[in-house]
Amino acid sequence: MSSNEPFVFYTERRLVALTGTKAKNLRELTESLRTVPGSCVFYHTHHQYVSHHFERPVFYNDFATWVSEALQERRLGEELAAIDLLSFTSVRQLREAILAVLERYLAGKQGPPRECPPGEEFHFARSQSFIMRTGVVAGSLEDFVDKLSHVSNLSLFYHFFEARLRLERPTNDFSQWLADQGHERLAKAIDRLDPYAMTLDELRDEIVRLTRNYARG
Amino acid sequence: MPTLQDYQEIVGPEVIDEMKVVAARVGSRSLQNINSTPVGGGVAEILTRFIPLLRELGIDATWDVIKGNQAFFNVTKAFHNALHGKQEEISEEMLEVFRETTEANLREMNLTGDVILVHDPQPAGLIAKKKEIGRQWIWRCHIDISSPDRRVWNFLRPWVEQYDASIFSMPDFAQELSIPQYLVAPSIDPLSDKNKELEQGYIDSVLEKYHLDPGRPIVTQISRFDRLKDPLGVIAAYRMVRRRHDCQLVLAGGGATDDPEGAEVLREVQQAAADDPDIRVLELPPFSDLEINALVRGSTVIMQKSIKEGFGLTVSEALWKRKPVIGGAVGGIRIQVINGVTGYLVHSPEGAANRLSRLLGDRALRKAMGENGYLHVKQNFLLTRHVKDYMLLMIALDHTQEDIVHLD
Repeated sequence: MSSNEPFVFYTERRLVALTGTKAKNLRELTESLRTVPGSCVFYHTHHQYVSHHFERPVFYNDFATWVSEALQERRLGEELAAIDLLSFTSVRQLREAILAVLERYLAGKQGPPRECPPGEEFHFARSQSFIMRTGVVAGSLEDFVDKLSHVSNLSLFYHFFEARLRLERPTNDFSQWLADQGHERLAKAIDRLDPYAMTLDELRDEIVRLTRNYARG
Repeated sequence: MPTLQDYQEIVGPEVIDEMKVVAARVGSRSLQNINSTPVGGGVAEILTRFIPLLRELGIDATWDVIKGNQAFFNVTKAFHNALHGKQEEISEEMLEVFRETTEANLREMNLTGDVILVHDPQPAGLIAKKKEIGRQWIWRCHIDISSPDRRVWNFLRPWVEQYDASIFSMPDFAQELSIPQYLVAPSIDPLSDKNKELEQGYIDSVLEKYHLDPGRPIVTQISRFDRLKDPLGVIAAYRMVRRRHDCQLVLAGGGATDDPEGAEVLREVQQAAADDPDIRVLELPPFSDLEINALVRGSTVIMQKSIKEGFGLTVSEALWKRKPVIGGAVGGIRIQVINGVTGYLVHSPEGAANRLSRLLGDRALRKAMGENGYLHVKQNFLLTRHVKDYMLLMIALDHTQEDIVHLD
């Protein structure tokens, strides 16, 4: 199937909302994680990608960081960090996977739960995204790669991360559009990228490189 | 007053464009800010810069100040301390003074904004007018209420919960409230006297004025003389480092004149420093922003070794000047100092000494961390981001329950 619809670049602005829910040990973290809004799960596993572009954090997800640093549960921290975010297409699945790791660990734990030092509690927050058009539109493959090189990281984040996980689209928006245009091989190659293993700038470079190579044949 | 164009030269056109995009979505909604003082203090300082920028972005922004007598401000000062977790005697009479002043302001104040943004506890009671006039109301809490005195908080809370939304500076300050709570970090103004670029000649002249040798490393902590800022811990760390590294130490701050405890801490610090000609204890008068700026720019490493801290914007002020910061792992310092990236987080004078030795011995590391710190502040803690967040909040008021809001 091919369509002549152009690719419309959207971008997002974000606010962080606080829930007032906090945890000081693994049990509280697990219990709250069952009930907080899905947008909390998304925020704590994704906000690091857009917070600082100049440095890769040790762990991208806040649960892994907090468990390692505030609770000194290094092994669990590594297990949480190793959860493959790319294998989920909904926040619900992602939440269940994190809960499964926490519950398995708690089941094997003896004695009272370890508590974080006062002042280092885990505070659940959620992100609220405001989606708007950038005014940038691409009609052809050449046009697409050219425009992609110049849109903001937040635009890239929206089309790659938000669209898949929060809007529950089957793939990222770029791959979807490229497949609709008949560029299925390129669409698949971009879909196979692991955006969680790179910074947004690196992700953009990689998509641009794949698209240019494809266009050259 | 600086214009958007002035900020654009610092933050780049993309940031200003983004502000314009958000401003266009705010549309014709007007924003009325209300606080308790026209000059002095962080809130007034921020509003002085915010209002012209918002207006330039096409938003009808205004700023009004409530009236109160000395008795009222004594009460709100006690409230402020109690919300910070300090022990304060709060009498029924004091609560009555607060109620009466609120009533007087409700009678006199002209509430005109479509969105009314009320800053801090002093004017919080104006929300009583909402029943009559409607509008959208936001309460902006600038202070650290991570462990508030329950009596004061329970007194204010029924008012706070009538607002449409609240804003806090740190996740730790969030409360269990029935209204939406947003996180908006404070910011520094890159064009203020405290932060703007300075001529090297001026920096040199300030160092000379305070008998500092620009040829030798300078370690500086800028903060009030307050035990919670641990100035004695900074001196202890410096003494440990001095065994291996030649350096000078500056402890500069104000606030000791009108605060008995501050005066006592200053005396202790002066005593601890008395036998060392390389320690400068500087009690700076108010309006010393340019000199503070120069002292930081002339320094090699900045310390903010607090034991307790609200946000600690002095950290961002130093990072903006490309200085690595060694900070206590408390409060907002933890989100400004990314450990090992923009500086180091420490828990003791020994930890501070260890990190200080490392930094004094490695020019390349200082430079790399300084650059990271500058970028971190540029992305997260500048006034332009703060203005943009307020505009987004005006939009968010219509969508508080939605996670994803499609604006086109």
